[in-house]
Amino acid sequence: MSDAAIVSRRSFWRPPPLLARLGVLAGLLALWEAASYAGLVNAFIAPPPSAIFASFEMLFVQEGLINAFVRTFAEALAAASIGSVIGISAGYALHRYKMAGLAYTDWVAAMASAPLVLLYPLFLVIFGRNSATIVAMGVVGCLPPIILKAKEGLDGVRPVLLNVGRAYGLSRWAMFSMIQFPAALPTIFSGVRIGLLFAIINVVGVEYLIVFGGLGQMISDLGDRFEIPAMYAGILFVVLVSICFFFITEKIEKWLLSSK
Amino acid sequence: MAAVEQIGRAGRAALRPFWTVGRLRVAALVVIFALWEIAGASGLFYRGVLPSSYLVVWALLGLLTSMDFWFHAGVTGLEVLVAFVLGCSAGALAGLMLGANRYVGAVLEPFLHYLAPTPKIVFLPILLILFGVGMGSKIALGAISSFFPMALGVAAGVRQVNPVLLRVGRTFSLSRFQMVRMIYLPALVPSLATGLRIGLGISIVGCLMSEIKLSRMGLGFSAMEYYRVFDIPSMLAVLIFIFFCAALGNVAIDKFVRLPGPHDRQKRKWSGFTRRFT
Repeated sequence: MSDAAIVSRRSFWRPPPLLARLGVLAGLLALWEAASYAGLVNAFIAPPPSAIFASFEMLFVQEGLINAFVRTFAEALAAASIGSVIGISAGYALHRYKMAGLAYTDWVAAMASAPLVLLYPLFLVIFGRNSATIVAMGVVGCLPPIILKAKEGLDGVRPVLLNVGRAYGLSRWAMFSMIQFPAALPTIFSGVRIGLLFAIINVVGVEYLIVFGGLGQMISDLGDRFEIPAMYAGILFVVLVSICFFFITEKIEKWLLSSK
Repeated sequence: MAAVEQIGRAGRAALRPFWTVGRLRVAALVVIFALWEIAGASGLFYRGVLPSSYLVVWALLGLLTSMDFWFHAGVTGLEVLVAFVLGCSAGALAGLMLGANRYVGAVLEPFLHYLAPTPKIVFLPILLILFGVGMGSKIALGAISSFFPMALGVAAGVRQVNPVLLRVGRTFSLSRFQMVRMIYLPALVPSLATGLRIGLGISIVGCLMSEIKLSRMGLGFSAMEYYRVFDIPSMLAVLIFIFFCAALGNVAIDKFVRLPGPHDRQKRKWSGFTRRFT
């Protein structure tokens, strides 16, 4: 690459990435809208963005979007909470008993890449078609990352801190609650965060599959009734909600890491 | 002399812990198996919900010898294979483009970054309209699922290529193609392997979940058929077969794509799994 090329590249003005990103998004939406009006894409299959945004009102008023959201959110949160209690305990056990850690950590890792959500028919026959199945599937989804990250965090606590605890003759519980847990918190939280995202994915997925409660059911119903613009709006809402979760929890994680 | 040797051996045996890795694993399997059988026989659950394991094995044997089952397995296998190849190659290409140009990456990568952790199954209604109820919509969902981890992993991998190697390549004035083949690709092997492994898992999930939702063939369909007639042993047998195939696929990827060093491989097994969200 010659110097002239570098100079000419640098002198070429580029909008800041955020602005460019918004521009790309606006451009794509405008293109879609125009193609729809020009008849280039079938408005039934891909309704124009304006129609999709307009049908949000219908979602709020007729379909109970808020209720569906609260329900899905509560199920995912319940799953992530149960998963955190079980997962952090399991992670602690794998950390505390080295042999067990060597024996089972690989199994948990294998579970993490296995298509566990496909177990839902089993939970369906055990719990029936209700919220318990959905929460159970959320727990199954969020356990592997929480266990693995909790073990990783506890393994990584600096020995100096542990020695201080030993010097004060702390009990095992005091050691955990006052030293190990706070020191490992950023890593543990990143596991819980991934777990929460996985729980949302599983909860919405199972809701959609068994057509029961929450956002998944709403989208399935809208699709069955061929309310296509509203269906797109529902899907967009799910995407936006999970982006918000991702964004907020990412910020919390960064804050935890910086205050370490 | 012999006595001393004997004492030495006994001492070493005493130092060795009883619960070795192998024994712990066998013990865990025995406990899980026993819990399953006890829970099934206890009457706490409806009869037939947790069938005894010999019934499941029997059902599995029955499935493996039926032509019908292999037809469904073949349909799902084909869907997963096509979805996996399409999604991963598109993802790798997108990742290369995003990683190679810092500005393009900064502008477009957040889209992928934020779309990656959304539940892909909600796109199924759109895909059903676009591609129909047949294999097309299943393949599309599987491909979309495996696209994201591959694209993000490769993009991050390209940015982490050692700049010294890039300068060496430029010094030898390699062509663009040679740069990709001789410098980028070898450095990208870990990212590619991770992308392939995650991609395989979630393209299986994508294809099977859409089969479960709406289809007339495939393993997801046949598992749901067994569920509907409450033939739980056969349903579990189908699930076991799916998990077995998924595990086999993971092993194949591990063998096929060699990772540097056994230690790294152990660590990457699951660190890569969380990479797409961190």
